[in-house]
Amino acid sequence: MSIDTTWKYDEKYVEDFSNNQNEPQWLKEQRLSASRLSEKLELPKPEKTNIKTWNFTEFEHQGTSKETFSSSDELHEQVQGLIDKNATEQNLLVQRDGQTVLYEASSTLEEQGVIFTDIATAAIEHGDLLERYFMGNAVQVDEHRFTALNVALMNGGTFIYVPKNVKVEAPLQAIYWLEQADMGLFNHVVIVAEANSEVTYLENYVSYDTETPSVVNAIAEVYAEEGANVSFGGVDHLEKATTVYTNRRGYALKDASIDWALGQMNEGNTVSDNTTALVGDGSTSDKKSVAIGRGEQSQNFWAHIIQFGKNTDGQILTHGVMKDKASAIFNGVNKIEHGATKANGEQTERVLMLSERARGDANPILLIDEDDVTAGHAASVGRVDPVQLYYMMSRGIPQTEAERLIIHGFLAPVVDALPIQAVKDRLTEVIERKVY
Amino acid sequence: MATPNLKIENLHVEIEGTEIIKGFDLEMNGGEIHAIMGPNGTGKSTLASAVMGHPKYEITKGTITLDGEDVLDMEVDERARAGLFLAMQYPSEVSGVTNSDFMRSAINAKRGEGNEIQLMKFIRQMDEKMNMLEIDESFSQRYLNEGFSGGEKKRNEILQLLMMEPKIAILDEIDSGLDIDALKVVSKGVNDMKSPDFGCLIITHYQRLLNYITPDKVHVMMQGRIVKSGGAELAQRLENEGYEWIKEELGIENERVGEPQE
Repeated sequence: MSIDTTWKYDEKYVEDFSNNQNEPQWLKEQRLSASRLSEKLELPKPEKTNIKTWNFTEFEHQGTSKETFSSSDELHEQVQGLIDKNATEQNLLVQRDGQTVLYEASSTLEEQGVIFTDIATAAIEHGDLLERYFMGNAVQVDEHRFTALNVALMNGGTFIYVPKNVKVEAPLQAIYWLEQADMGLFNHVVIVAEANSEVTYLENYVSYDTETPSVVNAIAEVYAEEGANVSFGGVDHLEKATTVYTNRRGYALKDASIDWALGQMNEGNTVSDNTTALVGDGSTSDKKSVAIGRGEQSQNFWAHIIQFGKNTDGQILTHGVMKDKASAIFNGVNKIEHGATKANGEQTERVLMLSERARGDANPILLIDEDDVTAGHAASVGRVDPVQLYYMMSRGIPQTEAERLIIHGFLAPVVDALPIQAVKDRLTEVIERKVY
Repeated sequence: MATPNLKIENLHVEIEGTEIIKGFDLEMNGGEIHAIMGPNGTGKSTLASAVMGHPKYEITKGTITLDGEDVLDMEVDERARAGLFLAMQYPSEVSGVTNSDFMRSAINAKRGEGNEIQLMKFIRQMDEKMNMLEIDESFSQRYLNEGFSGGEKKRNEILQLLMMEPKIAILDEIDSGLDIDALKVVSKGVNDMKSPDFGCLIITHYQRLLNYITPDKVHVMMQGRIVKSGGAELAQRLENEGYEWIKEELGIENERVGEPQE
């Protein structure tokens, strides 16, 4: 399948775009090669979800808004709502339609040698460092058309680099905000945590226009080197006319950890891939995600931990709530490779059905190629437990309120794990709005 | 405030087509403590669940009133707000909902919109009651019954009882699985509730709980109804002699009602 002839973001466009951004040669070449690949590669084929009719081509690649902001008080009020304004240390990057419009960073970051900047700036100022990791071990450009397009058309994102032995105390927050209704955002995040370093990153995707078709194609690459700990929080809340492909990947070396807490609250069609490779011995990943499906949206979630190292530990928790006529496929895969002795992999997938017409599939998969391991999984798809309801109602709580408490509780594992109070509060509000 | 009154008349209850409660009668008032005793499988727990409105149980005949109001006409939550409380034998676990949030929701549901309890007052009350029940303060932020030991669950039921201040409470085998220290703590909680505004129905196999909570009346249940009533001395006799003498006295061969083993 080739891209139709009206496709305006061809190789020539990509070259001009890269030149305008003053990108280093290596990046321009990667973009051009990716652009050529994108014309040949197929769409990904997420299991049991047909994405062929989804909009992936109708969008504008460059936003037109120009004004920047000197303080978070000037931002769209829904963006402001995501910010802990009273935080003693604020590390915040706000990008509107891919352009940085607000940046605040504590002086500690600079003193520690931490890089926290948008990816366009990183390409110019830290080109060599970025090149070492960009589209590195975590994700391949030729996996399918979306990975190629992300590189060819990358127009937003963040680069984080934490030198060895540095512990970043305050979380780094990035807000990716679509203001232009027909914007196509090709976001790319690269996080590098050198040996024995520690960092917490939280990203929010947010848009407001509900009717105009648009596209978000987002990749995050997380590299945790020996003994490094990375906590990655993500809350996606893109509106229903936005088609979303999101790919968050982790690559952990010896004794490193990469933990994920993802609140996947998009209103539109979404394909999400979250894969962590536990390469080094003793590395761990704890992945929690919650999702809500409503309206007629179709979603496909892929939670994957691949364990190569000995004594690795991979934990997957997925909770989904389905209502209206929404459908979602939740695939969880623990893959334990040959030689990964004493590895442990566990996963839980639970789907709560609030409507007869909704569809929710939980597919827990254990792929084990080594004898000396432990692994387990639990999966369920069902309605709110009537005995739980009875118990809560027996204390005087009306049924709707009891259901509300049960659902919030069901989605709490991710809310509780997020590092910024304002984001927790907004996620709780989004859950409230979506479920009722 | 008038003294609470719970009246159960000629109650018949079925579960999945099998009749478990067969003509049960009981009347109790505020200030009274009643105990229902009896061997396994005689319908004691079914009675408790049916009064509260468990969805599995179907009431086919009879009436239950609280202060003259028809309980059977109420939803489960309405029964609770009317003043009924059931300390359950097997409380549910609810992940992600803290004990504290749960209890505050329950109290506020009873108080009604616009009359919510002040947060500080709630915290103070809860601390006080937890202290009395010798419950660790971390308890309030743990998820509702999740991962609780049997004893912790029972204490949590009593904590809820103390916080909710119902008119009539039914304690369904609150003593099962409790060691003697926990039993004393739980009893202290119940005794603390004693007042003319509070009536308590204790369901138990064993007399030992009644060493700490003295009942005004003791009823023996067999074959889904009360077959004998008396004072506290009846419980003592049951403890010493078992149930066989009652069966002989009444000519009952099988006291059970075909209920699955409790």
